[in-house]
Amino acid sequence: MDIKAGLLKGDKRAAARLITWAENGDEEAANIIRECYHLTGKARIIGITGPPGAGKSTVTDKLAKLLRMQDKKVGIIAVDPTSPFTGGAILGDRVRMNDLSTDPGVFIRSMGTRGALGGLSKAAHDAVRILDIYGSDYIFIETVGVGQSEVDIVKLADTVVMVMVPGLGDDIQAIKAGIMEIGDVFSVNKSDREGAERTATEIEMMLDYNKSSDFRPEVVNIVARDNQKVDKLLEAIERHWEYLCKDNNYQDRKKNNIRTEIISLINQYIITSIQRNNHSNLIQSMVEKVLCKELDPYSAAIEILQSFNIVTEQQLDRQILK
Amino acid sequence: MDRPIRVVVAKPGLDGHDRGAKVVARALRDAGMEVIYTGLRQTPEQIVEAVIQEDADCLAMSILSGAHNHLFPKVVNMLKERGVEDVLVVGGGVIPEDDIPGLLEAGIAAIFTPGTPTTLTIDFIKQNIKK
Ligand code: B12
Ligand SMILES: Nc1nc2c(ncn2[C@@H]2O[C@H](COP(=O)(O)OP(=O)(O)O)[C@@H](O)[C@H]2O)c(=O)[nH]1
Ligand SMILES: [Mg+2]
Repeated sequence: MDIKAGLLKGDKRAAARLITWAENGDEEAANIIRECYHLTGKARIIGITGPPGAGKSTVTDKLAKLLRMQDKKVGIIAVDPTSPFTGGAILGDRVRMNDLSTDPGVFIRSMGTRGALGGLSKAAHDAVRILDIYGSDYIFIETVGVGQSEVDIVKLADTVVMVMVPGLGDDIQAIKAGIMEIGDVFSVNKSDREGAERTATEIEMMLDYNKSSDFRPEVVNIVARDNQKVDKLLEAIERHWEYLCKDNNYQDRKKNNIRTEIISLINQYIITSIQRNNHSNLIQSMVEKVLCKELDPYSAAIEILQSFNIVTEQQLDRQILK
Repeated sequence: MDRPIRVVVAKPGLDGHDRGAKVVARALRDAGMEVIYTGLRQTPEQIVEAVIQEDADCLAMSILSGAHNHLFPKVVNMLKERGVEDVLVVGGGVIPEDDIPGLLEAGIAAIFTPGTPTTLTIDFIKQNIKK
């Protein structure tokens, strides 16, 4: 099977295999993505995030179905946490999307966070890109809205939808720091439950405080399970897109995302090159030196970077590294 | 190769017994595998699509309803029709001894019945995946 040709033809198996390679950090995947990079940018990327069990997969399923009625091709990447102890994971998002499985216009892929530093973010970026080249009109990326790496993933989206549920008063407080800010559209799912209006009001109040942007996110109450008001949510997502299309908003957002991506790739490359070259001996000897106070950890890190020719003495700004 | 093995765990047919499938899913996760759990009442078409899109190394199906002689071979044949030859297919559940040879003949690599320790399944998958 020629993976690149298959991908360009919109072959599911080729796309699936390439995502596997990308996830495993295979060189061949990087090459194909590089060669096809100019073909990316056609898909609208929508991040779906929020606390576990809020209904993210259910919302994604229903939004995808609405888009399928408009004959849009949909890609879905659903990320669930990998166990840090065993490296294994149960990826259960497909359970909510079963009847999309056999739709030729839908591609669903589950991913584990796998825990590698920055690796998840890169694998998710790659998967989005692959589904973009594959020909998706819309790509959803679902992640649990806890933890920085998950936040980094949804940041690559054009529009980030925060899925909340009623009665999360305290959780909203907890989730607020650094995470609420990334929402472009808020949906209060499970609005069949008590307190949905109040939760919506609380989110509105919180948004009143957060005037960092000239765009005011909308808050939409939905019952995803029963497919109620999900069309309203899609309209709100489209209104955010209209906002992006005005002035330089889209360019600005893309530039920001690209900058974040390049910086995270630098991190990734440095870490993998240190790991690949298996300099554990060097690191181990630094550990010993720091332990007996022969060296401080700052200087140890710098020495390791220098031994990889990653930084030279001249380029090194010790102040920044500290 | 330090990448995790990816396994689709599926329950074909109208069978509502999902305890065994969940036990197996958890055991495989604890053995370091990525388990794509697809839930109850899957059609063979849905299972085959999940295996393809998830690029699974292994498909693990569970049936306790008695429909195994019909459904297991059906899924295996559909995989073949789609040109998917490199996926290890195993099955489990309440399956009479007498039916097992026929299922192995039909292309299921192994059948695990009640009482089999999950470690056996884990070792079998690790030793037999084709990718
Ligand atoms: C619990 C149970 C139920 C529960 C199910 C709860 C649930 N959510 O799972 C309830 C009460 C709902 C139920 C209902 C019914 N049940 Co019932 N049920 C059982 C019972 C007692 C135990 C099954 C169980 O959970 N075992 C525990 C789990 C952990 O074991 P397991 O599933 O066998 O899995 C192990 C192995 O088989 C293997 N395995 C299983 N799957 C897989 C997959 C892979 C890939 C691998 C590697 C291994 C593997 O590994 C597991 C761990 O060791 C069995 C009898 C029995 N002793 O098996 C009957 C049984 C399965 N039920 C039976 C029947 C008939 C029914 C009903 C039709 C009854 C009715 N007339 O209403 C309904 C149908 C429900 C439905 N919608 O399908 C029959 C099936 C007969 C048949 N196959 O011909 C059985 C065998 C009872 C009997 N002797 O008649 N049932
Ligand atoms: N009451 C209610 N339950 C819902 C609604 N939407 C989803 N659920 C249920 O919430 C649970 C978690 O949904 P899921 O989509 O898997 O959540 P995720 O973990 O955020 O992806 C499932 O049992 C759904 O059926 C809803 O609108 N109302
Ligand atoms: Mg989910």
